[in-house]
Amino acid sequence: MSAQPATARSYSAVPAQPLRKGGVRIADVVKVYGTSEAGILAVDHCTFDVPPGEITVVVGPSGCGKTTLLNAIAGFHSISSGNIYLDDELLCGPRKLKAQPGPDRIVVFQNGALFPWKTNIENVTFGPIMQGLLSRAEAYEKARDMMADAGLRGIEHNYPGEMSSGVRRRVEIVRALMNDPKILLLDEPYRALDSLTKSVMHEALLEVFYKNRVTIFFITHDLEEAIFLGHRVVIMTTRPCRPKKILDIDIPHPRDYSVLTTKRFREFMDETAAAVHEEALKAFAAGEKER
Amino acid sequence: MTEASPLRALNRDVSLGLADDAVRGISPLALAIHRFLLWLRSPRPYLMIVGFTLFIGFWYLAVEVWKLPRFSEMPGPTEVVREWFSRNPTYGLSVFTPEYYLHIWVSTRRVAIAFFLATAIGVPLGLFLGWSERFKQYVFPVFELLRPVPPLAWVPLAIVMFKGSETPIIFLTFLASFYATALNTMLGVESIDVSYTRAASCLGATRWQVFRHVIVPGAMPFIFTGLQISVGVAWFSLVAGEMVSGQYGLGYVINTSYTMVRYPTIVIGMITLGIVGYVTSAAVRFVGDHLMQWRTRELALGGDR
Amino acid sequence: MAKAFVLRAMSTVGGDDFWRGIASIAVFLIFWEVGSRSQALFGIAFPWISQIPAPSAVLQELVVLVQDPSFWMSALLSTLRVFEGFLAAMVVGIPLGLAMAVSRTFYGITFPVFEVLRPIPPLAWVPASIIFWPTQELSIAFVTFLGAFFTIVINVIGGAQAIDVRYFQAARSMGSSTWDIFCRIILPATLPSIVVGATVGVGITWAVVVAAEMISGGGSAGSVGGAAGGGLGFFIWNSYVGGSYTQIVAGMISIGIAGYLSSAVLRKIGKWLTPWLSQY
Ligand SMILES: Nc1ncnc2c1ncn2[C@@H]1O[C@H](COP(=O)(O)OP(=O)(O)OP(=O)(O)O)[C@@H](O)[C@H]1O
Ligand SMILES: [Mg+2]
Repeated sequence: MSAQPATARSYSAVPAQPLRKGGVRIADVVKVYGTSEAGILAVDHCTFDVPPGEITVVVGPSGCGKTTLLNAIAGFHSISSGNIYLDDELLCGPRKLKAQPGPDRIVVFQNGALFPWKTNIENVTFGPIMQGLLSRAEAYEKARDMMADAGLRGIEHNYPGEMSSGVRRRVEIVRALMNDPKILLLDEPYRALDSLTKSVMHEALLEVFYKNRVTIFFITHDLEEAIFLGHRVVIMTTRPCRPKKILDIDIPHPRDYSVLTTKRFREFMDETAAAVHEEALKAFAAGEKER
Repeated sequence: MTEASPLRALNRDVSLGLADDAVRGISPLALAIHRFLLWLRSPRPYLMIVGFTLFIGFWYLAVEVWKLPRFSEMPGPTEVVREWFSRNPTYGLSVFTPEYYLHIWVSTRRVAIAFFLATAIGVPLGLFLGWSERFKQYVFPVFELLRPVPPLAWVPLAIVMFKGSETPIIFLTFLASFYATALNTMLGVESIDVSYTRAASCLGATRWQVFRHVIVPGAMPFIFTGLQISVGVAWFSLVAGEMVSGQYGLGYVINTSYTMVRYPTIVIGMITLGIVGYVTSAAVRFVGDHLMQWRTRELALGGDR
Repeated sequence: MAKAFVLRAMSTVGGDDFWRGIASIAVFLIFWEVGSRSQALFGIAFPWISQIPAPSAVLQELVVLVQDPSFWMSALLSTLRVFEGFLAAMVVGIPLGLAMAVSRTFYGITFPVFEVLRPIPPLAWVPASIIFWPTQELSIAFVTFLGAFFTIVINVIGGAQAIDVRYFQAARSMGSSTWDIFCRIILPATLPSIVVGATVGVGITWAVVVAAEMISGGGSAGSVGGAAGGGLGFFIWNSYVGGSYTQIVAGMISIGIAGYLSSAVLRKIGKWLTPWLSQY
């Protein structure tokens, strides 16, 4: 499967419910930047679930607070109130407002964060080597296998800056998977890609997902992307962000690009487009007032 | 589905192939020769010759042929070159006299000592200033308090503080380099995208590992910019120090040649300073490019980040 | 509203970082005071620092100096020299840099010569400058000019070359003439880097003026004429020769303040000239 890019169909043999891990529960979370009097309310009493072993996609207008929410789960900053649980274990709550970042929740960043001063394989092996889980040789071997699996053979000793941005994103996902995380947190990872590369990346991500059954929390602006990838799509209001609508996408997995032209897909698009557009308009109007 | 698969295969090949072959196939020497040939075919070398001809020609005509009012006092280019390459220089200094190299050596040694001290102290200081908010709050105000005083204004105080004539000069040279290095290193750390440190802590790195694997290499480009500025200002201060006090060194040559009315030697000293200064900063650049392969290759490809 | 304002004012003046800064400066001053008086206090002279007069003594000296018109005269002389050299560097450097950025041929001819001259430290020009210029004032001004000149030109070229080509294409497609493009695109787009170059340049100018005053007015080339010179650089050199060490430090502090004020003024002017940069 490494040499020949496998099609999504060939995974239909994968059991529908393997290990269930990595569920996140966001309960009544509030995040205010700055002081409570003169601050920016970014997340307002937000509650929803990220079911384990599924892809949850969050859609919302620019600046609504999606990244803020993701950063709170990852432990990059504190929340103001509420609770976030990972598999019923408290990540952050009233007593401990900031979660501890760790290799069970790995973020793939909006603009990519492969270390440009390390080669691709040094990037991929960074996690296990830093944590002292694997020796250098073991880590390299595992990395080589995983990169080959993801169709990234032969670029191990190149620097990320030499690769196209699509390849960089895939290396970054492999870097995350090397740590066997419970949940992958993807913050608009494909924002900067052209639509052709994007479609390839979507299928590559689904491929990874079918293989690892890792929970995925995916942020995007792009409704089509959201419905195509997600088991569940959470549409956010404009800032302060709160779920406006939560949809369970019942298009069966494994999916591939033929889904895009189906009637069911169109129905989901129609159902959500109005809600998203309404929020986008609000965000736009608010943005104009702020300036 | 049927349209997606071939597309994916295609895209993979394109994205994997192009970039790395372009770099791997070509040896550095071949690349250098190629660049040189390209340069020869461009108008640049000829324009450059025109430029130097105009510059030196004007100098020559104004001083030696037309003898324009103020210019006639100055040494002309032929006079300087004759003196510089004379086996038996009229004013005692040429490429054939050992003192010439002694002066170069003394100046270079002073700059080298000052530069290495400044790097050894300035880089770690800058790294910690950028890395730890708390450390910066305590240390930076004093740094900012002292910095507006130009290093050259320290000349008399340096002579008072340190015994002998060697240490004050090295101290002055050090001071100028130190500010440049520490400040640029700090800016370098502060300019590192927060995503990198976040990614590292996500991947389970400890605070110290983040420092070692993210902060230090991430600040490297700025550090080397700082080091290049640092060599430049080191020569700048050195000359002032040597002109005011001390013996030997190129600044000293320039100054004594003035008082002893050996005018061509002044120009020899200036040109030599320019050359040595240029060589040292080129050396720093070379080391930097060597240490930051990732950056060199990225820039060579016009990376699309 | 008022409350938010008070909060903000408190966070800059009364915030943790403010008090930490004060604390660190206080520790520094105490250390300096004790170090300077170490001979009297402990009977052992701390290396280096015991040679520097204590801050309290320097303060007393400063109090005396600010009442002395000749001190202000020196400060004024140096400031004027900085101003002259700096202004000349701007007047010559900006058009030259723009011309080099605009015309490839001109760039090809002048830039290599420029690059060969640039590594020569400005102060190495002092004797040549004294020989060439008829008065000492002019020779100091010339060296000062050189100090700022190279920095300004490099910044102007860098800024103008970094302009996005699309601006030119857009302007052309809207029918602008070459002159329009120069005035309305190249000039404003280069302004930020001119401001940066000027701010850096004025710092160099102060360093050069001080050193040039020391070298030509007092250094081992002191034969140039005792009556001429003046200025803060000359002042500290003279204090050194006269053995008045508190005056040296007082002079250094004045130079520091003057340099700081000049950069601050330039930054203000820069902000005013490039309002679009400080909107966030
Ligand atoms: N550190 C901060 N301090 C103050 N305000 C902030 C901070 N970070 C973000 N904000 C504000 O909080 C709001 C939400 O930001 P966030 O980055 O979460 O939005 P987003 O939904 O990820 O937007 P985008 O789609 O543009 O990435 C924005 O209005 C932003 O200006
Ligand atoms: Mg975001």
